[in-house]
Amino acid sequence: MGKTLFEKIWARHVVQKVPDGPEQLYIDRLYCHEVTSAQAFDGLRQRNIPVFRPDKVFCMPDHNIPTLHQDQEIADPVSRKQLETLKQNAAAYNLSYFGIMHEKNGIVHVVGPEQGLTLPGMTVVCGDSHTSTHGAMGCVAFGIGTSEVEMVLASQCILQNRPKTMRITVNGKLAPGVSAKDLALYLMKEMTTGGAAGYFVEYAGSAVKALSMESRLTLCNLSIEMGARGGMIAPDEVTIAYLKDKPYAPRGAAWDKAVAYWQTLYSDIDAKFDAEKTFDAASVPVMVTYGTNPGMGVAIDGNIPAGGDKDFARALEYMGFAPGEKMAGKKVDYCFLGACTNGRIEDFRTFAAIVKGRTRHPAVTAWLVPGSWSVYRQIEAEGLDKILTAAGFTLRQPGCSACLAMNDDKVPAGKYAISTSNRNFEGRQGPGARTILASPATVAAAAVTGVITDPRTLMEK
Amino acid sequence: MKQKYNIIRSSCVPMNRENIDTDQIIPARFLKSVSRNENFFGEHLFHDQRYCADGTPNQDFVLNDPRYSGKILVAGKNFGCGSSREHAAWAIAGYGFCAVISSSFADIHKQNELNNFVIPVTVSEAFLAELFKLIAADPATEVEINLPEATVAICGTGLKESFPISNFKKYCLANGLDDIDFLLENRDKTENWEQNRELEK
Repeated sequence: MGKTLFEKIWARHVVQKVPDGPEQLYIDRLYCHEVTSAQAFDGLRQRNIPVFRPDKVFCMPDHNIPTLHQDQEIADPVSRKQLETLKQNAAAYNLSYFGIMHEKNGIVHVVGPEQGLTLPGMTVVCGDSHTSTHGAMGCVAFGIGTSEVEMVLASQCILQNRPKTMRITVNGKLAPGVSAKDLALYLMKEMTTGGAAGYFVEYAGSAVKALSMESRLTLCNLSIEMGARGGMIAPDEVTIAYLKDKPYAPRGAAWDKAVAYWQTLYSDIDAKFDAEKTFDAASVPVMVTYGTNPGMGVAIDGNIPAGGDKDFARALEYMGFAPGEKMAGKKVDYCFLGACTNGRIEDFRTFAAIVKGRTRHPAVTAWLVPGSWSVYRQIEAEGLDKILTAAGFTLRQPGCSACLAMNDDKVPAGKYAISTSNRNFEGRQGPGARTILASPATVAAAAVTGVITDPRTLMEK
Repeated sequence: MKQKYNIIRSSCVPMNRENIDTDQIIPARFLKSVSRNENFFGEHLFHDQRYCADGTPNQDFVLNDPRYSGKILVAGKNFGCGSSREHAAWAIAGYGFCAVISSSFADIHKQNELNNFVIPVTVSEAFLAELFKLIAADPATEVEINLPEATVAICGTGLKESFPISNFKKYCLANGLDDIDFLLENRDKTENWEQNRELEK
């Protein structure tokens, strides 16, 4: 019987099967950020052991860093200490480190693919649930806890039970103005927030094949929001073209050899998945969320469902919404473009195309945060920054920012933020903040109108 | 913290809600600590629901309800979804829970609990519903988790189920061993594996 893409990569990394237990999986790439690594390095010190394979580990701060004045000392002493700790640990253990203002710094899930550090066929982990993003490159990538970060630092391995496999096939073609983010929000609504728990998802079908690399990264990023262990897409000509000449991608003969291997990475025609789901791209609308988990989404021209259980009622109470209300036309106070979900160049192109020739609504505070310095420089190179400035927006410096509000970019209690990030949990963007998840186009439309607006009404025909 | 478990018998704290995410268990602003002080995280477990904006305890929240206490947290399905932050498991352990009972757990959080000697006990929807009902009727209702047998029983009712846990993990939890101990012992196997992979290339 044939093998799935996931099984092919996983099987190549099993060092041994623990009797009556998990498998010992070899890890090709470990990324460390400042929030989930300090205690793992402490563990090494307590055991008095080195990092086993320092060349496979890349460190960069992203969660805490301010998005203005990065050249100055960080005001918050606790944040500063967390960043300094990562820098010291990277130096002490001789690990690659892209510090604040470093030309390669940015959100770890934006940086890994764009630097060619994440490659097809790899196993990739990070102490961050959105590590699922990297699966878009055709690798097995998943988030882990800090104890597991310590395992990888100590042994380059991790003990894991092999997840079940699920294929999500999206046939047909997305309608004009409907993005990968809308597709992901639609899948989360259909699958629910825990619907893929225990599974590793492969996305397939013509609508997935047609996505750009940036859009594929967005789709895989959100796999965790339906509970999946990870999400992946078989590498193809889009993946290979994206990786060519990336700083850390192989070159010359090594490139040719790598490409030949990557071309073997697909699910065999007779491969069997533990679960199969099929969706029609044409039924995917522009989506927004109305509740407090990413599965609580609705078409932008739709209404909040009429009723549900006590958890549903609690979510609506938190959001200040009532069952049956229309989402379009609701007022927003904050707009956030960025995060590992939608902080890439394509997202800024989309946003700029909509706000071009228009003006930021005076009641809206907008935070536009590129996912990395590389994205920031590309925005400048394409002149998008001038369009944004002319429309009354300010481009901020890269980081995770308002996605989880560990820096100063916090949405005040009770305020509404329409956000390209990945989670609308209670308090996620600040204590009491109310988050509406949407695509970059939908956030742009709200930024110039001050209300939830179907972006297709503002797009050039 | 490393523990050695055999049988746990305790009353429970019920949290009858589904999809409790790790942002609720420990909000992001408490993740800035660079130490693994479980007491610190335990103090902030469910912070934004447990305390009012002025810092006083929210009397409507179950952790502040004097009727409920014990070493076992009982929660609705898909417990621990969202962020991978292990701080959530540290907070649960730091508060004093040694097991969580639910009808399903998010994958990463479940692993984080196991790595911190908190036992994730997965039960059927029917068992969970019955347990919530019995605790509501009598907050002193006790549950017995038998790790060697991998069973969970509601004391005095005859209700008993087995829960999934590998023999390897059972062995680790019973003997106070963690995965890192195992991986360090097996580093020679890893090195051999690396050499073989180089030859394949």
